[in-house]
Amino acid sequence: MRNPQRSDRGTMAAESPFLLSLVEEFVSGLQDSKAKDTATAVKDGQFTVLQLVEALGQSLTSSQPHTRARGVQLLSEVLQDNYGALTEREVELLLAFYENRLKDHYVITPPVLRGLLALTKSRKLPPGSAVSMLRSVFQDVHVQSLMLAERACVYNMLINLMESREDELKGLGADFVFGFVQSMDGERDPRNLLLAFQIARNILLRGYNMGKFTEELFEVTSCYFPIDFSPPPNDPHGITKEELTQALRAVLTGTPKFAKFLLPLIIEKLDSDVQSAKLDSLQTLAASVGQYEHGDLAEFLEGLWSSLRREVFQTSSEKIEAAGLAAVAALTSCLSRSVLNSDSEDSLSSFLGLVLRDCKHHLFEPDLKLVWPSAKLLQAACSASYRAAHSITSAVVPPLVEQYNSRTQCSHRRTLLEVAQRFIQSTASCQSVDHDESLFSAYKDSLCSLVFSALSESNSSLQITAASVLTSLAQQPGLLLDSDIELAVDHLTRLLLTDEDERVSVAVVECAGAFAERHPAAFITKLIPTLKKEMLSDRRESSELHSHHAVRQRCLSALAAVSVRASVVMESAPILLDVLGSAHADPDRFSVDEVVCACLSLQRIAERVQDGEDTSRCFHDVIVPRLLSLALQAALQNDGSSGRRSPLVEEEVLSSMVPVISTAFSRLQTFAEQTASRAVSLFLDGDVSFLPDNSFPPRVQLLQQQQEDSSWCQTQLVCLLMACVCSLPRSVALSQEERLLSELEELSCSCRHPFSYTSAAKCFAGLVNKKPQGPSLDRLIQGVIKRVSSELDRPSSPLRTQAFTLLIWVAKALLLRYHPLFSALTDKLFTLLDDALLGPMAADSFSLLMSDSADVLNRGCHADVRIMYRQRFFSENSAKLVQGFNAAPQEKKANYLKALSNIVNKLPKQVQVSELPALLSLLLEALTCPDEGVQLSTLSCLQPVLINPPQVLVLQLEALVSRLLALIGSPAMKIRMASIRCVLALSRFPAHEVLPFRSRVLRALAPPLNDRKRLVRREAVQARAEWFLLGSPGGR
Amino acid sequence: MSEGVILENANPMIFQRSGDRMVTASEEDEDVHDPIDDREIFLVRSINDPEHPLTLEELNVVELDRQVNDTESTARVEFTPTIPHCSMATLIGLSIKVKLLRSLPDRFKIDVHITPGAHASEEANKQLADKERVAAALENSSLLEVVNQCLS
Repeated sequence: MRNPQRSDRGTMAAESPFLLSLVEEFVSGLQDSKAKDTATAVKDGQFTVLQLVEALGQSLTSSQPHTRARGVQLLSEVLQDNYGALTEREVELLLAFYENRLKDHYVITPPVLRGLLALTKSRKLPPGSAVSMLRSVFQDVHVQSLMLAERACVYNMLINLMESREDELKGLGADFVFGFVQSMDGERDPRNLLLAFQIARNILLRGYNMGKFTEELFEVTSCYFPIDFSPPPNDPHGITKEELTQALRAVLTGTPKFAKFLLPLIIEKLDSDVQSAKLDSLQTLAASVGQYEHGDLAEFLEGLWSSLRREVFQTSSEKIEAAGLAAVAALTSCLSRSVLNSDSEDSLSSFLGLVLRDCKHHLFEPDLKLVWPSAKLLQAACSASYRAAHSITSAVVPPLVEQYNSRTQCSHRRTLLEVAQRFIQSTASCQSVDHDESLFSAYKDSLCSLVFSALSESNSSLQITAASVLTSLAQQPGLLLDSDIELAVDHLTRLLLTDEDERVSVAVVECAGAFAERHPAAFITKLIPTLKKEMLSDRRESSELHSHHAVRQRCLSALAAVSVRASVVMESAPILLDVLGSAHADPDRFSVDEVVCACLSLQRIAERVQDGEDTSRCFHDVIVPRLLSLALQAALQNDGSSGRRSPLVEEEVLSSMVPVISTAFSRLQTFAEQTASRAVSLFLDGDVSFLPDNSFPPRVQLLQQQQEDSSWCQTQLVCLLMACVCSLPRSVALSQEERLLSELEELSCSCRHPFSYTSAAKCFAGLVNKKPQGPSLDRLIQGVIKRVSSELDRPSSPLRTQAFTLLIWVAKALLLRYHPLFSALTDKLFTLLDDALLGPMAADSFSLLMSDSADVLNRGCHADVRIMYRQRFFSENSAKLVQGFNAAPQEKKANYLKALSNIVNKLPKQVQVSELPALLSLLLEALTCPDEGVQLSTLSCLQPVLINPPQVLVLQLEALVSRLLALIGSPAMKIRMASIRCVLALSRFPAHEVLPFRSRVLRALAPPLNDRKRLVRREAVQARAEWFLLGSPGGR
Repeated sequence: MSEGVILENANPMIFQRSGDRMVTASEEDEDVHDPIDDREIFLVRSINDPEHPLTLEELNVVELDRQVNDTESTARVEFTPTIPHCSMATLIGLSIKVKLLRSLPDRFKIDVHITPGAHASEEANKQLADKERVAAALENSSLLEVVNQCLS
């Protein structure tokens, strides 16, 4: 039949031979690629759609359905790329053609639908055409007998038209919904279901008239509930069960009109044995009631409640319990929201009646299982609204108090108290501004007396619970009167001073902190003076020295906890400073531990106090100068080296002062710049004028090394200088910075006292990290490199450790800010791995490079820290390390392995996993390295990777298992424990991979069950239990 | 737990869980030998009850009052079913026994039995004392499955 076609063609003069050949090759030649060519040609304007239709004339009227289909297909595909350029008239004609073709042979339907889909995207769609198009589709096409792609076509048409022609579609009335219901009825493909759910959601949300088809629409969607779908492996479409669940839930919960169908369905599905079905039902319930009125719920309340109660009472999964409680809260809040008419019954109170009927009596059986589920259900309802909370608390709290008073067993009382506390807490969300009266004001007196009597008991867990009840009461706005607060503070003070139990004092301190935030006055007048008296009292002679130490520790932590408000800090901080002062004046009075504790409390205050002018002034004008002054006094006094030395020269104490000062500089910035420049002139010029108790000699030279033995007392103060100048924001410029840097460099390279030269190096590095980019910085760094290298290159030099310390800290400062000169320093570091003396130290220093330092060069003190500097360091240097390892002589290899495991240890998990393949052989090698430090650090970097093992590890399983099992016999307990922990992680590998090792591992784990160390036995028991479960019925 | 199942004891007494053992300085010291003690055998506390999502400790089925002798290598564990007619007694005993077999060095002789007077029948004691019957029970894969679930 080709020939007649050809002979006819001559009559159509307007057509180009190019178009004809395209049509010919597509329709008869079945070359699909020609469709694209044609579409491009139309787009380029070589010919119009009209010309194409004319050229297709023959094929479209052919007697062969397949030829007609091919013709329509070409037209549709061209339209898909060119719908935008069509005129309204053209669209109208094409529509008429396509609608007509729907009645044609079934093979033509797919391309027709594709063409119609293209036309629905056209902006020129003439009025009324949407309706006629849909009518013909619904009438002439049976959607579910189409193929997947064509069904998607229909859904997409609906979605497009709903976007552009909403009014017209609404004009179709319920017919539209009916047509849609018929189209999607029986859909099975998840991709299409997502589209169909979207349409259904639109129908509900945009107010389409469902008429008498509400139930049909519900039926046709709810039949998929709950979604049970597991995507095939390697699914290219990436549709998840979660996605489908969410889409379906959006439909089912979209309208209150579904309530009478959905709620019975949920009650039915809650009976299911499948956990995920229960969970889905509960979540759907919670989501649905958001729009419901009480009328929608009324008749199902009883059924819903009994299902929910059962789920919470008998659940075996916390997830289901939580979802059940959330559903109870949602139901209650829906019922509380509804406006009552005069004739309807109060469904909130009838629902709460049900809840109380089934739960209340369980509250009074404090040793039985159902206490907590019942309490949780009641509290969930409580948290929903003020009204609900009001009626539940009034029903529950008085008998709870009565029960408490009638019980004598402490464990019962504790449970009751804990229940009461949860009630107070659960109402926190619904105490709104409209109700100025707290829900608990009616029971305040009885609750307070309950709490105070519990605090007076001797049972510690009762006291702890009482303290947390007190905290919750304090957080209820306007509940407690001044007299209650005073009484509470008295109790807290008494417990702080007398109670020995550590857990009690932690709870009391926490409670005092919460109280002081709301009621600072009572603490200033009562607690703080008492603590001051207690702490500064001298009890050296008394026999209770040990317990007095504990009291002091508690007082110190309490002082820190209550100091949140500025007004309290003004009172509490001077006491802590007095403690330091009297420790200095009389070294026997406070132990070093206590002094460190006082500094810790100051640090906590600096971290938590509200930033403001008052607090900033307090820190910069009082606390910091006082600390510097005390430290300086101690350092100068010690020069005489007579008698006991002041605790304030101890490294431990100075190190604990550092965070106090650095937090003050980084958080409270108002006067920071001024104090910093004073500190600099103190250290450079010996300017002591800003220090209190000024009785210092006129010229102290803190950064200069003197010949005397005791000069370390002065040089080590450089750590305080570091705290002052390295925590300022980068925008603050420092006076005399150049001079300071050069003195610090000198001190760090020449001083013999480790703490002094390390602190000087850290201070230097902290400043280098913040110094602006430019030639002066480059010059500075090059100077350091030169000096350090010349020192390191002389093996006999006594100052190599100092040079190395400066090198590593400057390297860290530059690594953090991505400075280009960093690589010069790393190269130096790598060569040191081969050094006879410094090699092990260089290997350890990699962990310093990769970890956050606590007192300097961290984000807290405003250092310039780029994101992912660790990854960057690793990717730039791992190859060098591997090369160095291969080239190194046998006895030096351990240093490389240690360096490597130090680096890998600190990398984020994702990077570890992705880099592991390249390094695995080296790490496995490290496990056989005799150095215990290398073994331990390798084990600790392997363990997290084993929890989510990459494929490459699975391939090396044999080597890994035998090395780990060999380490189980190590003489060091830490290595035994770490290797057993890794063996435990192996049990979670894919079962088929590790099953072959089961009996071998079980045998290897038997000896550690008899290990001499309990901690090793504990790991072994756990690991062995898991390996027994592997591959055993009921196990894994 | 599905709707159809009716629990033998739906609202049992609950007891407090004891916290984890604190690690002492001597336990971290390489040179000290820590003997196996009562508290260590108390790892049976974490076994799940076959009926409730609770542990044997919370139901007070086992208590920290056993006799362990490290030098003589013996361990005795008594357990108390929540109700005297508890049909799960044998299963609980078997779970305890298996847990100890897996967790103690094989030099130990393990004796698991019901607290005298706590159960209507003492038949379970005989079964638990009989090595061969225990071994046979563990050959039964459906029984092993239930035991493993209690232990996981």
